[in-house]
Amino acid sequence: MAGVTRTPTTLTQDSAATEGGIGESTLRPDGTLKVTGEFAYSSDMWHEDMLWGFTLRSPHAHAEINGIDTAEALAQAGVHAVLTYDDLPTATKRYGLEFADTPVLAHGRVRHHGEPVAIVAADHPETARRAAARIRVDYTPLPVVHDEASALAPDAPLVHDDRDDHHAEHVPHPNIVHRQPIVRGDVAAARARADVIVTGEYEIGMQDQAFLGPESGLAVPAEDGGVDLYVATQWLHSDLRQIAPVLGLPEEKVRMTLSGVGGAFGGREDLSMQIHGCLLALRTGKPVKIVYNRFESFFGHVHRHPAKLWYEHGATRDGKLTHMKCRIVLDGGAYASASPAVVGNASSLAVGPYVVDDVDIEAVALYTNNPPCGAMRGFGAVQACFAYESQMDKLAAELGLDAVEFRRLNAMSQGTVMPTGQEVDSPAPVAELLRRVKAMPLPPGKQWESGDAAGTSVDVRALPGGLSNTTHGEGVVRGVGYAVGIKNVGFSEGFDDYSTARVRLSVVGGEPVAVVHTAMAEVGQGGVTVHAQIARTELGVTHVTINPADTQVGSAGSTSASRQTYVTGGAVKHACEAVREQVLELGRAKLGTYHPAWATAELVLEGGKVVTDGGEVLAGIAEVLEDEVVDIELEWRHRPTEAFDLTTGQGRGHVQYSFAAHRAVVEVDTELGLVKVIELACAQDVGKALNPQSVVGQIQGGTTQGLGLAVMEEIVVDPTGKVRNPSFTDYLIPTILDTPTIPVDVLELADPHAPYGLRGMGEAPTLSSTPAVVSAIRAATGLALRRVPVRPEHLTGT
Amino acid sequence: MDFLRPASWEEALAAKAEHPTAVPIAGGTDVMVEINFDHRRPAYLLDLNRVAELHAYEVGEENVRLGASVPYTRIIEDLRTELPGLALAGHTVGSPQIRNRGSVGGNLGAASPAGDSHPALLAAGTEIEVASVRGTRFIPVEEFYTGVKRNALEPDELIKTVHIKKASGPQQFSKVGTRNAMVIAVCAFGIALHPETRTVRTGIGSAAPTPLRATAAEEFLDAALAEGGFWESGKTITPSIARQFAELVSGACNPIDDVRGSARYRRHAVGIMARRTLGWTWDEYRSGGRGARSTEGGAQCA
Repeated sequence: MAGVTRTPTTLTQDSAATEGGIGESTLRPDGTLKVTGEFAYSSDMWHEDMLWGFTLRSPHAHAEINGIDTAEALAQAGVHAVLTYDDLPTATKRYGLEFADTPVLAHGRVRHHGEPVAIVAADHPETARRAAARIRVDYTPLPVVHDEASALAPDAPLVHDDRDDHHAEHVPHPNIVHRQPIVRGDVAAARARADVIVTGEYEIGMQDQAFLGPESGLAVPAEDGGVDLYVATQWLHSDLRQIAPVLGLPEEKVRMTLSGVGGAFGGREDLSMQIHGCLLALRTGKPVKIVYNRFESFFGHVHRHPAKLWYEHGATRDGKLTHMKCRIVLDGGAYASASPAVVGNASSLAVGPYVVDDVDIEAVALYTNNPPCGAMRGFGAVQACFAYESQMDKLAAELGLDAVEFRRLNAMSQGTVMPTGQEVDSPAPVAELLRRVKAMPLPPGKQWESGDAAGTSVDVRALPGGLSNTTHGEGVVRGVGYAVGIKNVGFSEGFDDYSTARVRLSVVGGEPVAVVHTAMAEVGQGGVTVHAQIARTELGVTHVTINPADTQVGSAGSTSASRQTYVTGGAVKHACEAVREQVLELGRAKLGTYHPAWATAELVLEGGKVVTDGGEVLAGIAEVLEDEVVDIELEWRHRPTEAFDLTTGQGRGHVQYSFAAHRAVVEVDTELGLVKVIELACAQDVGKALNPQSVVGQIQGGTTQGLGLAVMEEIVVDPTGKVRNPSFTDYLIPTILDTPTIPVDVLELADPHAPYGLRGMGEAPTLSSTPAVVSAIRAATGLALRRVPVRPEHLTGT
Repeated sequence: MDFLRPASWEEALAAKAEHPTAVPIAGGTDVMVEINFDHRRPAYLLDLNRVAELHAYEVGEENVRLGASVPYTRIIEDLRTELPGLALAGHTVGSPQIRNRGSVGGNLGAASPAGDSHPALLAAGTEIEVASVRGTRFIPVEEFYTGVKRNALEPDELIKTVHIKKASGPQQFSKVGTRNAMVIAVCAFGIALHPETRTVRTGIGSAAPTPLRATAAEEFLDAALAEGGFWESGKTITPSIARQFAELVSGACNPIDDVRGSARYRRHAVGIMARRTLGWTWDEYRSGGRGARSTEGGAQCA
C-alpha cells in the first residue's frame, strides 16, 4: 500500500513482549502502541487516490420503498458512484451469518431503523455525506412489530414473508426465527415433591458491545478484477464466504487482510462495510475507505438480544432443587444474524450451573422491526444467568437459607448430566468457586471518610454519584450479593468448528526462527501473544514472528465463544508438534549415526537445541535444519458436538463449559437511586492460564461489562422501533470511577480434552457479574428489581 | 463553511455584525460535537481563540470578571475560593480533556438546560456582559435563558465577560447522572448562602425548559431563617424547614420524561439535592466556614 502517513515515534520493544513460553505473563506486542496512541486501527488506513464511502440508512423501522432517485446525488461534483439494490451485480443480493436474510441494500422494504438503502463514493467524506442527503427515497411507513404480542398477533405483519431458511419449517410462527425446547425428567412429579415454589419474570435491556474502534475498512480494486479488502472483523473467512457471491467473484479473488481492530465483543461477527466498500471499489476502479462515525456505529452492528424470561423453580425444605420451568423470549430484531445459536445457548444453559433433573425449557428468538440483535460476549447465557441467579436468591430467602450455601448445595460438578443429556466430563468446580469468593475479605466500610482532629473529610469519588457530589454519606446503604454462571466454549450444536495454523521454522542469521501464520482475528484478546508463547514452548525457539492475519491461510474460525486460545491455539500447538517431528526426522536422517539417543530417547526442542528427555543436548536446531525450511499448515478440531433435538433438546451440543463466580459489594444512595459498586470479586476456573496477566485482564474486562449491563448500559428503542440514544452521550459505559476493585482468584483445573488443559475463559466473567451486582443492590434496598439495567427510577419508585 | 478568525475583540464583533448567523467557537466541546453528528452545519464558524481577553479573568472587590473562554480547569484550579459553586460544577463537566477546553461562555452560548455551570451562576448571582458593534449591555443571568437552547443574545452579539459575585458564604453544587463521572446531567442543583444580605439563592439545572432559580423556595427560606434568627444564632436548621424548602424546590421544576430520566425522578432528585446541599452549606456556615465536610477528592481529580 502506498502512502505511509505516519510512523511510531518511539518503538522500543520491551523484552518482556518477546520472551516467554506458556504460563508466563508475556506482554502484548501491541500494548505499548495502543496505550501511546501509535497503533494503526482500521480507521487510520489511507491510500493514494482513495474515495470515501458513505451509507444512506433508513429513518423508518418499517416502510415500503416506492422508489429511489439518485440523479441529484450523482450530479454532485466529486461523486463517483451511487449504488442501490438495482446495481447489485449478481443474483446473490442477501447475506447472513446463519442464513442469508439480510439485504446488501434494501429492496422494496426496510425492516429496521438504520437499514442500509444506498451507498455513495466521493472524493471527500463530506461530499459523500452531502450527496447521500440528496438521494430521494419515497417511503410509505408500515405498522411495526416490536414485541412478542405484536409479532404473534393474528394480523401481525410478517417481518419476512419469504422464509426458506432451515428453521422456517419447524417454527410455530414466521415471526419466530428459531425455537428450542428442552425437556428432561418428569416436571409434574418433581413439582409435587417441592416444599416451596418460586416464580419470577425478568427482563434484560438491549446492551451494545460499545467497542471503541468504529466499523471501518479499505477496499482496493486489483488488476485481476478482484479486490483486496483490509478490514477490522472477527472472522475473515466467514466474511469472505458472504462477500464473494454478492460480488460475483471466486473467493480467491477477494483477498482479505485483518487491519487494526478496536474491540469486538461479538459486534463484528456480522458484516458491516465489507460488501459496500468492495462494491464501490469495483464500480469506481478506485480504493474506497468507509469509516462509520459513532452515531452510525450504533446502527452498523447487532446488539445483545433484549430478553424476557419467565422462571419457576421448586425446592424441598432442606434446600434441594426439585424442578425448573422457564420460557425465554429473545428479541432478534429484523434479521436473523446469530439468533438461532443464541436460542441454543439460552435454552441449553437456562438451568445454570445447578443439578436439576426435571426441567421444561423453551427459548425463542423473534423477528421484529427492532434493531437486529446477534452475538455479544456471553451470547444467550448472560440473559439466562440474570434470571436463574435472581431465582436462586429468591429461593434461598424463601427457604431461610444462606444464598451461597443454597447454591453450593445444588451446584453441579464433574459428572453432572445437563438438561440436554450431556454429561459434564471435565472439572466443574462451581461450589469451590462460590466458596472462594465468599472467603475473600470484605472491603472496609465507609471508604469515603477520612477523619482527623479537625473533623471528617469526605472523598466523593468513593460515594455513589462520584464527582457529581450528590451525597456525603446521606442515604447510603451497603449491600453484598453473589452469583455464579455457566458458559459454553466454542461453537456448538454440531458445527465444524476447526482452526488452521501454518508454522514455518528456518534458520535466520544462525538462529532458528519460527513464523506462525493464522487467520485469527486479534480483537484485543491476546491471541498474538499466546501464539508466540505456544511456538516458543513447543519449538524451543526464542524468535517467533506472527504474520498478519489474512485469507492466504485457512480459516481460524471466529474470535468468539471464548474459543480462540482453545481452537486456534490448539491448531498452532498441533502444527508446531508436526514441525517438531519433521525437525527430529531431519536430525535422525542427518545426525542419527552420531548418537544412539536419536533413535532411542524421547526428544524435545529446548533452548534452540534438540534435547533428550534426560537433558542431553544432541544438536542445535540450526545445525539440524541448515538451509532447509520446515513449513506445515494444518487444520485442527476439538471433539465433535451434535445438534439439539428440535423437540426434546437432547444432544451432546457443547464442547466445554466455563464457570465464574462473583461477589459484589455495592453502596446505594437509596434516596437518589444511585449506585457505586465498591468491589466485584471473581473466582474463575481457566483450566490452564497460558498468559496469567491476560487472563486477569479478561476477567476484569468481562466483569466490568457485566457491571455496565447491571446499572447503566441500554440502547433505548421506542415502540415505533426508533433508537433513542445512539451516542456515547446517552449510551453510558462504565468509566474508571464506575469500575470497582476487582480481586481475581484463578483456578487451574485441567480439562483433559483441551490443549494444555485450558478452558476458554473470555465470556464467563460477563455472566455472573450482572446478577451479583443486582443481588447486592437488592440486599441494600430490599427491592425486587427484576429488570436490568437498574435505573435510579427503579430504586426510588419514580 | 467559512472559518472566520478575528485577531481581536473588535474584529470579532465586526465579523459577527457582518455574518450574524456565524456560530462562535472557542473550546469546541459542544459545537464540534454538533457538527460531527451533523446536527448543524453553520455557514460560518467564528473562531474566538485568538481573542486574548476572553481567556483572562480578573478578581475584583465584588465580582470575578470571567472571560467567556476561560476553561473549567482554570476555574477549578484558580478560582476555588472566589467561586466555589462554579468550581464544584466545573468538576462534573465531561472529562479532563473537556474541562481543559470547555468554558462558561460556551455553556451560556449553547444555553442547554443541562449545562453544568448554570445552577452555580444562578445561585451565586451573575451578570453576562455581551457586546456588539452597537455597544455593550449587561444581562442578569436569570433573564439570559429564554427557552430550550435559546438565550437573550441578539444575532450580532457575542458573550464577552461573565461577572459572577464572589462567594461571601458557603456554596454547593450537586448533579445527578447515571454514571459516577463524565456524564450529562439528568438534573442538577446549586445553592449559595449570602450571609451579608441574609439570603439564599438557588439554581436548578435540567429540570425545566431553562435553568432557573427556585424563587418561592428562596423566599420561604429567607423568611424562615430570618424569623428564627438562624443567621445570628447559627443553630441547626430544623428538619421541617429543610423539608419544606426541598418541596418548594421540587415544585419549581417543570421537567420532561426523556431517555435520560423521568420527570418524576427529576422532580424527586432535585428535592433531595436541595435538602442535602442546604444542610452542607449551613453546616459550613455554622462552623464559621471551616467546613465540617469537604469534597477534597474532587480537587485531586481535576
